Amino acid sequence: MSQTVDVGTPPAPARDERVARKSPLARLMTRPEIGALAGAIVIYLIFFIVAPPFRDVNSLASVLYVSSTYGIPAVAVALLMIGGEFDLSAGVAVTSSALVASMISYQFSANMFVGVLVALVVALAIGFINGYLVVKTGIPSFLVTLGTFFMLRGLNLAITKIVTGNVGTNDVSNIAGFEAAKKIFASEFSIGGVNIRITLLWWLLFVIIATWVLVRTHIGNWIFAVGGSAPSSRAVGVPVNKVKIGLFMTVGFMAWFTGMHILFAFNTVQSGLGLGNEFIYIVAAVVGGCLLTGGYGSVIGAAIGAFIFGMANQGIVYAGWNPDWFYFFLGALLLGAILLNNFIRLRAEASR
Amino acid sequence: MTTTADTADTKTAAPLVKLTDAGKNYGNIIALQGVTLEVGGSEVTCVLGDNGAGKSTLIKIIAGLHQHTHGSYEVEGEPVKFGSPREALDRGIATVYQDLAVVPLMPVWRNFFLGNEVRKGPAMDIAGMRTMAKKELLDMGIDLRDVDQPIGTLSGGERQCVAIARAVHFGAKVLILDEPTAALGVKQSGVVLRYIIQAKERGLGVIFITHNPHHAYPVGDNFLILKRGRSLGYWKKNEITMGELTGLMAGGSELEELTHELEQAGGEDSELRQVAQVFEQEVAELHVAELGAGRTPPSDNPEVKRDAPEP
Repeated sequence: MSQTVDVGTPPAPARDERVARKSPLARLMTRPEIGALAGAIVIYLIFFIVAPPFRDVNSLASVLYVSSTYGIPAVAVALLMIGGEFDLSAGVAVTSSALVASMISYQFSANMFVGVLVALVVALAIGFINGYLVVKTGIPSFLVTLGTFFMLRGLNLAITKIVTGNVGTNDVSNIAGFEAAKKIFASEFSIGGVNIRITLLWWLLFVIIATWVLVRTHIGNWIFAVGGSAPSSRAVGVPVNKVKIGLFMTVGFMAWFTGMHILFAFNTVQSGLGLGNEFIYIVAAVVGGCLLTGGYGSVIGAAIGAFIFGMANQGIVYAGWNPDWFYFFLGALLLGAILLNNFIRLRAEASR
Repeated sequence: MTTTADTADTKTAAPLVKLTDAGKNYGNIIALQGVTLEVGGSEVTCVLGDNGAGKSTLIKIIAGLHQHTHGSYEVEGEPVKFGSPREALDRGIATVYQDLAVVPLMPVWRNFFLGNEVRKGPAMDIAGMRTMAKKELLDMGIDLRDVDQPIGTLSGGERQCVAIARAVHFGAKVLILDEPTAALGVKQSGVVLRYIIQAKERGLGVIFITHNPHHAYPVGDNFLILKRGRSLGYWKKNEITMGELTGLMAGGSELEELTHELEQAGGEDSELRQVAQVFEQEVAELHVAELGAGRTPPSDNPEVKRDAPEP
């Protein structure tokens, strides 16, 4: 062991220059969802002040309902984004699921749940195809899912027209199993005079499950890792391709769920529905602190992002503002959130 | 560490990793040929070579990312052909890549256990993993204030050390280090070299890839020099001197002279010696860059070398 002498004097453990222990507030400031939380509070207060109808608890319930219909797919979109990928086809996949379920059950006079299950298979298959193409070809998911987005959009319209001769599907409310399915996907109940839609409960459940998976399980560790650095993850034995395909299929699942809600809430589905919603899911995730480049973010943040969207969407109506301005507002919100997140992340990273 | 005992046993039986006349072709391009290499427990084998010498191909074969097309590859006496890095990992061959060692945005403890998470029912044993990561890093001499900080906030040397500690903890018998000191300063390189010695003392076989003979010589037991995909030779430490190693590797006496001059100038004074060390590194790196530029044509091209700027 004599040859080891000239390695140099062992350096002191790198403890010097370290900052003192972080305060709980400083720790909170490094959370990815902190920007969204601050934004949500500000926007809530603004509408609370300028729009008296907004203060009503039933208005809040309706804001939460709108938020949940965007928040449910946003849960999966956030997970996918943390895993380093995009899905632009999520919005139309919602419509595809609803169309499939509706047309299968109606045309074959089958029980509603047959259509629901076939739609689930189709939605998962869409997710699988997206994921498979992304991991096998190495083409950025932005482009792959842009392709599937247009394809689904075309299929939605063309097949609906071939099958029903119309741009929408037939009313399915008389089909066997409809009521039971509606109970699951689109019922509502009242607590103390406040009307609660069931999607709100599903949304909460999905957020809790997804957060638990992300933070507490090894799968979550892998999701962060494949988004943060896929080659590093592969080198330590993480099944990168499986994780990514799984995430795309999760988006498929949430798109299916949302599609089922739309079908059972409205009984019919318009084939052009859902265009542009994919961006709202992405906005919710980004506003909620997910990094576009992957490896960082939170599902709770995405839920807050969806809530901000719901507040803006409904609040403008309650405030009596011209809704034409809505998308301007949405864009400004997105930019503001990105700037805020950048600022906070830089501060967090500079804490060394 | 039961693995330490294991490696000690197997050391006498068969070398942990043995390549015999191994080679790799990519189509009609010969990336590597005629490489013979043996790594036993408690041994550091240094693989030296300039850019494009075939070092990466060699480690990719050993690590299971690629497969050899010629010769044989044996692990503990058993011929193998790995289909994936996971298979190599399962045989105790762990690789720490220069840039790919860790996921920067993730906390230290998550990085430490990535791919080997400790589970407690369906969830992870987070508290246990935190304590274990902290303890294991402390055992390797890395004292972290907070294993929850993103690993990207650590210095390059510390990151390499965490990656090495991780490989050791998960029972690696052979540790492949891909240019762990290439992007590091003098002091940080020293830290990493110290962990190489520590890994060796724990009974691991280490394959240390570098283009810096000054890093290789002090820690190495065996030296393999690659040039243009061929092995220039395989030496034990007592068969070769530092100067010979540098000369063989760079292929120029010019660099050797300069190194000696600087070393002599350094002499007694430690501060000057440190300056000399920095110079050496820079000279070596310049030389590597120059050779890399001149190497592009398939045959020796002295003109290009001459035209390159003097270091």
